[in-house]
Amino acid sequence: MGLDINTKKLKKNAFRVSKVRGIGASRIRVPGGYLNAKVLGLVQEIAEEYGNGYVHLTTRQGFEIEGIRLKDMDKINEKLQPVIELLQINQTEPGTGYPASGTRNISACIGNNVCPFANFNTAQMAKDIEKAVFPNDLHFKIACTGCSNDCAKARMHDFGIIGMTMPQYDPDRCVSCEACIRGCKSLSVSALRMENYKVIRDEEKCIGCGVCVTKCPTRAWTRSRKKYYKLTIMGRTGKRNPRLGQDFLVWADAENIIKIILNTYAFVDKHISPDAPGRKEHIGYIIDRVGFEEYKKWALKDVELMPETIMKECVYWDGIHYDR
Amino acid sequence: MGYRLSKTDGDKLFALWSKKGDLFAPVRMEGEGCFSDTDVIRYGNVSSPEEIEWETKSDYSFKEAFLPVNETLFYFTEDRTGVPKEKEKEILIFLRACDFHAVKRLDQIYLHNGGEDFYYKRLRDKAKFILMPCSGTCDSGFCASMGTNRCECYDSYMSLEGDEIILDIQDEQLKLWGKEVLEHIEETAVVPDFAEENKEYVTLPKNLSNHSFSLELWKEYGDRCIGCGRCNFVCPTCTCFTMQDIFYRDNGNVGERRRVWASCQVDGFTDMAGGHSYRKDQGERMRFKVMHKIYDFEKRFGYPMCVGCGRCDDVCPEYISYSNCINRLGKEEQNHEK
Repeated sequence: MGLDINTKKLKKNAFRVSKVRGIGASRIRVPGGYLNAKVLGLVQEIAEEYGNGYVHLTTRQGFEIEGIRLKDMDKINEKLQPVIELLQINQTEPGTGYPASGTRNISACIGNNVCPFANFNTAQMAKDIEKAVFPNDLHFKIACTGCSNDCAKARMHDFGIIGMTMPQYDPDRCVSCEACIRGCKSLSVSALRMENYKVIRDEEKCIGCGVCVTKCPTRAWTRSRKKYYKLTIMGRTGKRNPRLGQDFLVWADAENIIKIILNTYAFVDKHISPDAPGRKEHIGYIIDRVGFEEYKKWALKDVELMPETIMKECVYWDGIHYDR
Repeated sequence: MGYRLSKTDGDKLFALWSKKGDLFAPVRMEGEGCFSDTDVIRYGNVSSPEEIEWETKSDYSFKEAFLPVNETLFYFTEDRTGVPKEKEKEILIFLRACDFHAVKRLDQIYLHNGGEDFYYKRLRDKAKFILMPCSGTCDSGFCASMGTNRCECYDSYMSLEGDEIILDIQDEQLKLWGKEVLEHIEETAVVPDFAEENKEYVTLPKNLSNHSFSLELWKEYGDRCIGCGRCNFVCPTCTCFTMQDIFYRDNGNVGERRRVWASCQVDGFTDMAGGHSYRKDQGERMRFKVMHKIYDFEKRFGYPMCVGCGRCDDVCPEYISYSNCINRLGKEEQNHEK
């Protein structure tokens, strides 16, 4: 009896069809790339029992267990249950593996658990977003990165969340050592200058990276209580028009960002091309087709931005065009 | 004699004392540390015992109580100058034994080293010291090695034990200010907690020879040090300042002269008119600092400057350990003598 499998269902169940007939791969999402080491042991077990003993660390910080037999998928799904539970992935029915795969794993840089430059806990935010958007089969790519260095390549994503801090300056603690000015100049955007032995921050220029805060030896510079984010939108790789995401919101808050992402699902659901293979179309192409103004209407539904948030009224993308 | 106070009485005592003076104590300032979601413990005004960080040693010392980071010495107009108003209230400073010994070092420089410093003195005269306990030792301090782990002549001693405040008052004024609360409480003997032992031990090298000036280790530190000055700014005994004349932006004929903390590790410290600078290399600067703390000061005043609080070790972003440097220096000297 031949192998009779619905490949569309298989893909939505986070398996992959490989080059070799009957053999596929099992994809494990790890929000923020942050996991209890126990998961590694479970992944190893599945790889050795059902796969060829090899695992690919995916570019989106998940695992792909290689060389599994497609007829073992049900058994693998059962074995995946503790992994899914340890990583707290939203699921519809226990024991049936992942309920969707279109919305990709939310990736993140190492964030402020470890990195001195990071302005927020990127892994936690990735988990929060995962909780809000998964399961969903629309093709969304989201990444969180701790600072404007963008080690997570957030700008290559549909939604890039870049950590910011609003530097707070206490002139009474400043000793005019200029460590912040040198740091801002060599590591960031030269937004600081000295006047009357005190530091002036060019608010237009400052990108909220927090270098001044880490360089300050006296705590004259500190981070804002509130955490701020830059939301970049519609970056992408791909065949037709790869491009970097552009700033949509600057000095934004997490709650509104998640709202905008969720609103975008409704937008895509409405405007996705009926010809999109497997309902997979990069959001950016949909916006290119229907216009940014239309997208904005959807994205900003019920969004009330903080007074300090800067929203770009118009967003333009460039990138490399192979489609003209 | 001492007292054991309930939380409510502790709050009352603080309220009474606050009428007379500002209570200046180590406070955990959440999220204000160097890195995201980290705290800093530094001095600030408090109004209840609960606001004080009792457990962990402060990152910055108490010294800003009478050595503000920025202090305006006088304002000037075209033909007149004026000195800023004197602080009205007293300052009640909460500190640990090592820092209590640092007060003597600060006094040495600002009061007993030639003339008395007017600005220092007028703040210093208002200070009272409330000793905090060291139950056990902190990780980096070496107060036992420096003989700064115990002290007797504090004005008051205070510690938190569960919900109770343990209090000892030696200063009559403090007793008087708190009378309303204290007169209802039975007196009891209180013995302060001191750190008897540390995790770090330091042996100060005696009779350093000129050879110690040109040791390789200064070169090594010179390569590692980034000259940020954190070690100076957190040090309870560093007293150096620089002068700044400010001409107000809106009217250049009016302005003020400030003194501002300076660091012997930061660029500009030894700059002179004409552009000459004495210690350009970070290794030379580190040598100058270490020698001053453990040798030069002692030669002049009869006791070492460093009180072994260990803050400089805790704060160095390049993991340069001052205590280890002293021990290395001692060993190098021994080898040289042989």
